[in-house]
Order: sequence, then structure tokens, then C-alpha cells
Amino acid sequence: MTTLADGFPAAIAELSRRHRLRLSEMLPWIIAVACFFVFPEYLALGTQILISTLFALSLDLILGYGGVVTLGQAAFFGVGAYTAGILAVYGWTEPLSGLVAAGAVAGALGVVTGLILLRTEGLTLLMLTLVVAAMIGEAANKAGEWTGGADGLQGMTIAPILGLFRFDLYGRTSYLYALVVLFLAWLLVRAIVHSPFGRSLTGIRECVARMHAIGSPVLRRLVTAYAIAGALSGIAGALLAQTEQFVSLEVLSFARSGAVVIMLILGGAGRLYGAFVGVPLYMLAQDQLAEQFPIYWSTGIGLLLIAVALGARGGVLDLWDALLSRVRGHRRQ
Amino acid sequence: MSEAALETRGLCKSFGALTVASEIDFRLEAGARHALIGPNGAGKTTFVNLVTGALSASRGRVLLGGEDVTSLSQARRVKRGLARTFQINTLFRGLSVLENVALAIGERRGVAGELFRPAGRGSGVVEEAYAALERLGIADEAGRLVRELPYGRQRLVEIAVALGLEPKVLLLDEPAAGVPGAESGIIVETIESLPEEIAVLIIEHDMDLVFRIARRITVLVQGSVLVEGAPEEIAADPRVREVYLGEHEPA
Repeated sequence: MTTLADGFPAAIAELSRRHRLRLSEMLPWIIAVACFFVFPEYLALGTQILISTLFALSLDLILGYGGVVTLGQAAFFGVGAYTAGILAVYGWTEPLSGLVAAGAVAGALGVVTGLILLRTEGLTLLMLTLVVAAMIGEAANKAGEWTGGADGLQGMTIAPILGLFRFDLYGRTSYLYALVVLFLAWLLVRAIVHSPFGRSLTGIRECVARMHAIGSPVLRRLVTAYAIAGALSGIAGALLAQTEQFVSLEVLSFARSGAVVIMLILGGAGRLYGAFVGVPLYMLAQDQLAEQFPIYWSTGIGLLLIAVALGARGGVLDLWDALLSRVRGHRRQ
Repeated sequence: MSEAALETRGLCKSFGALTVASEIDFRLEAGARHALIGPNGAGKTTFVNLVTGALSASRGRVLLGGEDVTSLSQARRVKRGLARTFQINTLFRGLSVLENVALAIGERRGVAGELFRPAGRGSGVVEEAYAALERLGIADEAGRLVRELPYGRQRLVEIAVALGLEPKVLLLDEPAAGVPGAESGIIVETIESLPEEIAVLIIEHDMDLVFRIARRITVLVQGSVLVEGAPEEIAADPRVREVYLGEHEPA
């Protein structure tokens, strides 16, 4: 080990402090808990937002950090939803083990498809992610005996969580259940992105040729990340299945794959909190617009996206950063 | 005869009808300071890509320290002590200088795949990266993003990243390319001060730099070796003169 002559250089300090929890990182959780008490009549929407946030967070790992652009992430979401749903229909009513099973199945799908897909890159990879999702969607449609096909999977029974918390009519249990799962997933993803593995994912995004040249097993790293992201997406899908007690083919749709990419980019990809900003913004805007303009609401969403694409390429969080540094600059003057 | 640090035997590469490397037999001795020169399009960078495994050879073999590595991936060859720099800066532009080097050191030490430990803590990787930057005289830039550095400084980071791998064989692909004359002196000094035990192959257009550093020179023309010898032999060789002065100007 080398000893450093001039104490503790700032660059080293910056790297070794980066993983420390900052106070502002508690903000999403404070807001989420506050919403539970302030808007009891909107808990159903809130639960959906939490589930989609988990979905977008899992996507951030592979898209934002790994740089793999995918339009098929709903494959994992849907497989997780059907796993939890089919288990419940066939009498496995305990929800937590249902989540674990959904994560395991979706993660395994990530390993298998990742080993094939992630050997390609660019547009080829993009198309292949689409193809995998489309194939699984069609398989679910044809396997009506198991999935209910176009009618959807019905007749799920979910037992109380830990045998204590019954899923109630107001959606209180669902909301808190989704919130706790999202929180645990966030802890996991946060640990991963600050780990050496997470930094090497960023390296793959920044410059894959250099990663090969420093001896990094790029494919293995990407497949691992793809599987973890897939497992978390599967858990998000399972949460939807368990809280709605119904699964439709929509969980595997291209629209869902596309929307989650848009929501993540809207918030800001590759920064861990893009999902927490983009998803609520998108879904609340969608909800409000649909109420005000039942026919033309998607036009409003479109305008929002054009504004972000033109004015904030790095998403809302990037805009926020720019604003902050401006204000600080003014103060210094 | 002792084992060469790096050796190629009958190395060939073609894309369809286009042959870019043809029957290249090459030896890089342990501790060598060897230059590979040739006019534009001679296949120098292709040769580097074949040796590192970025391209797979159509025919022929690559040996590292006497062991056949032809079938090994790029990453495996790096693990056996082969490092390279790129002709055009190929760095993690959005990361700090320190992190660029730390990523390489983490891979070398085999800790880069760890999932549940903060990257900046506990392994000594970051401290080692900083010490490496100090040795190259760019520790002041440690915290800056690579993309904010002048091009010449980025060339030094290229070398720092490669050295972080503790190579036995170092391939420098035009280390001074794109660097203004005034700054190229630092690059030359850096190359001259590389540890003796590293075998260095330098691909370069700048003849001053080549003749200053190389103790042996190989001339590559149209994918095959034209001639190999000591610098004064190469300088006096009429075929080399014809290639350089008759047809092409060196860039």
C-alpha cells in the first residue's frame, strides 16, 4: 500500500463517500408515507405508482447504468405477474413466497434470454428485446388454460400478509405492502449501483471497448445485471397481480414496455432517482388529463414528452441540477 | 532461445477477398522497446486488434510468454498480462480520471464483480489508482471528468489505465497521436520511464519518437512484414525509403 504524502486527497474522499446516505434521499419515502395519510381516497392510484416505480427502478439498473436499451422489459413484469397469479389460483395463497417465486422465475428468464440477447448490441439488441416480449405475450395468449388468455386470469385468492394484514377494500394494505417492497428493492439497487459491480456497469455504458481492454467479463456482468433487473421487474408484476387479484395480457404488452422507458427517461436515467420522479409525474399527469380531457389526454402526455425531449435531455432531475447550480452561482456573485 | 514475451506465427486476417494481415511472424522479446511502423493502411492497428483478441484471426497463432492464447477472449489475454492503449482515446469520458484507473485496477485484482460493498471503500483500489496518477504526474486531475481534460492529458490517462493492469506486454497504439508538439514530450518521457521488465510495442507515425525509443523496428506494408531490424538498419534500408518517400508521406 502506498501512503499518501499530502493527507487525504479530495478525489479519493469523493469516491469513498459517494455511497453514504444523504438526507435528501429520504424525501421520496417521507412523501410516500405522507400520501398514505393525506390522500386516503387515492390509494389505488398510489399503489399503481409505487409498483410502476419499482418497475422503472429495475429498468434503471440495466438501461440507465448498463446502457442496454430495451423495449421488452414488460416480459419480466408479465412473467412475474402470471407466476404470482397462477400460484394464487392453484391454491398457493401466501403472498411473500409468491413474490419470491415471481422474482426467481423472472430472474431465470433474464439469465436465459440475456445469455443470447446480450451478445448483440445496438438496434439488433433493441429488436431482440421486443421479439422476446412479443413471443412471451403470444405464448400467454395461447396458453389460455393457464393464463385465462384474453379474458385474463381470474379467481386469485391472496392470504393476509404474514398471516396478519388482510387486503382491505380501501387498498391500505396494498399501498403499504407495495411501499415496503419498493423500499427494500431500493436498498438493494442502491447498494448495487455503488458497488464495484455497479461501477463496472457504468463503465460498460461509458465505453464497452475499454471494458474489454481492461479484462472485464462484459457479457457476464451484463447478464447478471439483466437477471437482477428482470427479477425486480417480476416482483413488480407480482405486486400488481396480488394487489389487483387479476392479471390481464396487458402486463406483457409493448405499451407497458414502452411506457416504463419513457417514465424513466422523463425522470432521468442512470441516477437511481429518475424512477421516483418520472413515474409519479407521468402517472399523475395521465390521471389528471384523463379526467379533464377523456378523449384527448394522450395529446397532453405527448406535449409533456416533447417539452422534456427539447428542454431537458437528461430528464427532470437534470433540469433540477441545472437550476440548483444556477441559484448557487447567483449566490456566489 | 528464451520465450518471447509476445509472439505471432503465420497470423492472417481477411475480410472476404480483402487481406489485412498476411502471414505475420513477429517476436517481442521480454523487456523489449520495439516499434511497429508502416504507411497508412498497412494494418498496424489490425495487428494490435488481432494480438489483443478484439478481432479473431483467420489463421495463425498468438503466443503470450510461450503459451498459445489464440482461442482466448480479450479479457483472458488481459489477465495473462497483455494491455493496450488506443489510437483514439477510448476512455470512460463521463467518469473521473481516478475512477478510470480504479476500474482497471479493480478488474486486475479481481474485485470488480463484487456486489455488496461500496466501491470506494476497503479494497485499497482507489488509493492504488491515486498513487499511479501521482507517478505519472496527473494526480492534480484525479477528480476531473475525463471529457473535461485536454486531449494530451487524456493520452496520459490512456497509459495510466493500461499500467493499472500491471502488464507484462504493453501495446501502445500511436500514443502521441493528436497531441500538440509541445505536449508530446511528456508522453515520450512517460514511455521512456516505463519499468524495464515490461515489453513495449509501440505503433507510431512520428519518426522522431520511434527512433528515440525503439531499439528494434518492424516495418509493416500491406498487411505483411517488409523488414525488421535495428533502427539504423531500418533507416538505411532502401525498401523502407521507397515505401515512405516514394509512395506515401508518413502522417
